[in-house]
Amino acid sequence: MTELPLIGEAAAADAPGARSLAGAKIGVVTFPGTLDDRDAARAVRLAGGTAVPLWHADTALGDVDAVVIPGGFSYGDYLRAGAIARFAPLMSRIIDAANSDARLPVLGICNGFQILTESHLLPGSMIKNDHLKFMCRDQVLRVENSNTAWTLDYEAGQEITVPLKNQDGQYIADEKVLDALEAEGRVVFRYVGFNPNGSRRDIAGISNAAGNVVGLMPHPEHAVEVGFGPESLDGIGGSDTDGLGFFTSVLNKIVGGSK
Amino acid sequence: MTTETTKKFNIDTVENAAKTPDTELPWAELGLKQNEFDEVVKVLGRRPTGAELAMYSVMWSEHCSYKSSKNHLRQFGDKVTEEMKKDMLVGIGENAGVTNLGDGWAVTFKIESHNSPSFVEPYQGAATGIGGIVRDIISMGARPVAVMDPLRFGAIDHPDTARVMHGAVAGIGGYGNSLGLPNIGGEMVFDSVYQGNPLVNALAVGVMRHEDIRLANASGKGNKVVLFGARTGGDGIGGASVLASESFDDTKPSKRPAVQVGDPFAEKVLIECCLELFKGSLVEGIQDLGAAGISCATSELASNGDGGMEVELTSVLLRDPTLTPGEILMSESQERMMAVVTPENIAAFEAVMDKWAVEYSWLGEVTDTGRLIITWDGEVIVDVDPRTVAHDGPVYDRPYARPEWQDAVQADSFTGSVQDAGRPSAPAELAAAVTELISSPNMCSKDWITNQYDRYVGGNTALAFPDDAGVVRVDEETGLGVALATDANGRYTYLDPYHGAQLALAEAYRNVATSGAVPMAVSDCLNFGSPEDPDVMWQLAEAIRGLSDACMVLGIPVTGGNVSLYNQTGTTPIHPSPVVAVLGKLDDVARRTPSGWREDGQAIYLLGTTAAELDGSEWANLRGHLGGQPPKVDLAAERALGEILINASRDGMVDSAHDLSEGGLAAALVESSLRYGVGARIALQDVLDRDGVDLFTALFSETQGRAIVGVPRSEEVRFKDMCTARGFAHVRIGVVDAASGQLEINGVDTLSLDALREAHEATLPKYFG
Repeated sequence: MTELPLIGEAAAADAPGARSLAGAKIGVVTFPGTLDDRDAARAVRLAGGTAVPLWHADTALGDVDAVVIPGGFSYGDYLRAGAIARFAPLMSRIIDAANSDARLPVLGICNGFQILTESHLLPGSMIKNDHLKFMCRDQVLRVENSNTAWTLDYEAGQEITVPLKNQDGQYIADEKVLDALEAEGRVVFRYVGFNPNGSRRDIAGISNAAGNVVGLMPHPEHAVEVGFGPESLDGIGGSDTDGLGFFTSVLNKIVGGSK
Repeated sequence: MTTETTKKFNIDTVENAAKTPDTELPWAELGLKQNEFDEVVKVLGRRPTGAELAMYSVMWSEHCSYKSSKNHLRQFGDKVTEEMKKDMLVGIGENAGVTNLGDGWAVTFKIESHNSPSFVEPYQGAATGIGGIVRDIISMGARPVAVMDPLRFGAIDHPDTARVMHGAVAGIGGYGNSLGLPNIGGEMVFDSVYQGNPLVNALAVGVMRHEDIRLANASGKGNKVVLFGARTGGDGIGGASVLASESFDDTKPSKRPAVQVGDPFAEKVLIECCLELFKGSLVEGIQDLGAAGISCATSELASNGDGGMEVELTSVLLRDPTLTPGEILMSESQERMMAVVTPENIAAFEAVMDKWAVEYSWLGEVTDTGRLIITWDGEVIVDVDPRTVAHDGPVYDRPYARPEWQDAVQADSFTGSVQDAGRPSAPAELAAAVTELISSPNMCSKDWITNQYDRYVGGNTALAFPDDAGVVRVDEETGLGVALATDANGRYTYLDPYHGAQLALAEAYRNVATSGAVPMAVSDCLNFGSPEDPDVMWQLAEAIRGLSDACMVLGIPVTGGNVSLYNQTGTTPIHPSPVVAVLGKLDDVARRTPSGWREDGQAIYLLGTTAAELDGSEWANLRGHLGGQPPKVDLAAERALGEILINASRDGMVDSAHDLSEGGLAAALVESSLRYGVGARIALQDVLDRDGVDLFTALFSETQGRAIVGVPRSEEVRFKDMCTARGFAHVRIGVVDAASGQLEINGVDTLSLDALREAHEATLPKYFG
């Protein structure tokens, strides 16, 4: 039983919702070759949280409450996207923390998603886009599962627009794995209207069984600020900030204020 | 058994050179002319060593010395007024000029060519073009924040164009996307004059705090010289292979790429590593290694400094151990930097290198002798005054004269020509003409290209292609940002080089102002044919004169750039193509104006008047005609229009603005409608009555100094009053119609936006898959 303080607000203690958003720390990993780390940190800040830079060679995670592995080309990705990053000292800590009882929330975006599959935190793999070119576009996604750590602030079935930009974005897995992902509700995002890379079953993002680890190819951190995100083609208002929900979801979960 | 630590070559030392004055040297194979070689001997007072010959030959090349253009380029420095100087922090001559943005911020930008490598090997040529220009920006102490790439290729349906297109676009994407720099714009022009000589230009822009500005000089006796980044290899050596005779060893790799090979990951790490060095103030001077590699970096650093430099060449880390001293001096291996570090900062410098796992080697130190001395295992192989290598190269006053054919070309107007037969006039014909125009190679959607570039990374891109200018935020607190546009029109410049170059500047200026930014500075990439051809030399001289005159009128200085000559196929030169980049400033990028309208019922105004100017136009080009006079230049009108667009943006009087240039009003109306998929109803009768032109001319003429803007109803009176007060022609030509999904122009059959979009976007995929 928690004792109430004699002076001050009750909420200042450790009751649910007690922590301020700014007190929630989200680690943003930088590998040599990471590109979207500043953007991920900005997204965390705009969502109200505190971004903590993490370096690939670090051997401890510190006291972060969640981790974002951003996009880019870790170590140049000349071998296979994410193949070397998976062996970084920090990745071992992240893998342990994601699998621990505490279920550290982990979001892998683009190269981060590739690193999560290479780390076996998520099943399947990414190969070159079916059209063999790099593609940058504003992509419509459907949120299929709004119960993961990173999608709590969305409605299931909600369509959002976020930028997509990659060369190796074609998600593949064998039929058994795909069936299992579908059956367990672990397909978190699906491409709508246009499959930009040939991904199996239009899959844009998936989660682990516990829902704390989510990976996706599109970039929610580039849809968090009015005037700097994607534009809707109908010209009526933007969908500039459709990606912000990823970051508010996890922050609310951390501070205990989520739905 | 002994271990060889240093390769043994038949080293041509300075001592040996003095003793053997009559030794034959391959100076002609290295590209030097007889008079130039004689000058080297005179400067040194003896014959050069092989290594010295390598340095002089490459540093005195056209590419590095600007020997044919220098006398003309002086005008960019001479024609500078006090107004133009007020925001210039670093002018021409450094790696890139620096302009004051206010609030302690500075911006640096530069455009360069990588034309011939991109024809030989399009992927690597275009990729290393981006790499080189980005290193120029880092060398100034700046964080690069965006890139742009103006491209000019051969005819769209020529079989070789696809090779260049696929390679260059993939190269720009593959390299640029890996650096974390958004690609915010550029150009794509197809013309058979570029068939055997495509133009691949690259622009980079970077920002820094005033106190972080770095210059390329080596000063302070006893300071250490360090080379860091990628290892030195045999790529891009070019002519130096003729010096291979100095090697005892004939087991060298036989085939080496003449075009440099890029490693974007190494460059990305180099960027971060350099920024950390700047942050800690750990370098005194810094220079990137581009053309002429170590030859250029050592001689320029030493020449710009206050003393001399001594360097031991065997300390250079190699990826090909068989390289000779001359080859090491000339190698153009990418992703390398040279810096000058005080002895106290060595440990801190090394810690930064270790953190980013960047290789480095200490080559020598700054001296007070005024000489650049390079040794090989202790033996002196170069002993020169660095100024004679880097700055006092030959300068030529090449003969030039107005070509005999120029008058005939200018007399051949499109109007009334054979190609002008059957000019569209009926509503159905005009609708077909609009569709033909916007699906033509030069006017079609460039999404196929720009969708292969990352325009989002960094999170500061406020506008990108297809808007008139690319806009990036510099300061997240205040919204301070910069706008950039590049433009050139080779056909206009062919018809009249003086005015053609001014038209390129005027368009880039207009594009920047259209986005709402105040134009501040210019960088130019002058792509021309052989300066040894008096016709071409005249084009170059006229273009530089025109550009420098126009800069004075517009009040913005040229802060840097590049000259690319010998762009020709056989003896046929390209169209003279001065690509002009203009940089502008926005106090708050939230105020930037996009090129398309969105809100139903907004009034659409045409600013400026329209004359019958079809010579050199896209329409004439589509009909296979090139002759006559390009559109008139009116720089006072451009400045007045710019001020209106900037004020209207700042005060919220316009929601959209799009400049009129290639393709005229027809192209602009379609582009503004397709930008957000919102239609409009247009009636041009007032324009026809006022300007005395017919509907076809109103739609397809390329008269300059015009723009179309979308004005919210609440702002219409204020906007009109502003234009009237400034005496600038303005007329309401229509209204935004969000529901229709059509572009309706009185006198033209209605065009559905879906059909326009399909036509606009189908062209590049049709040719390039």
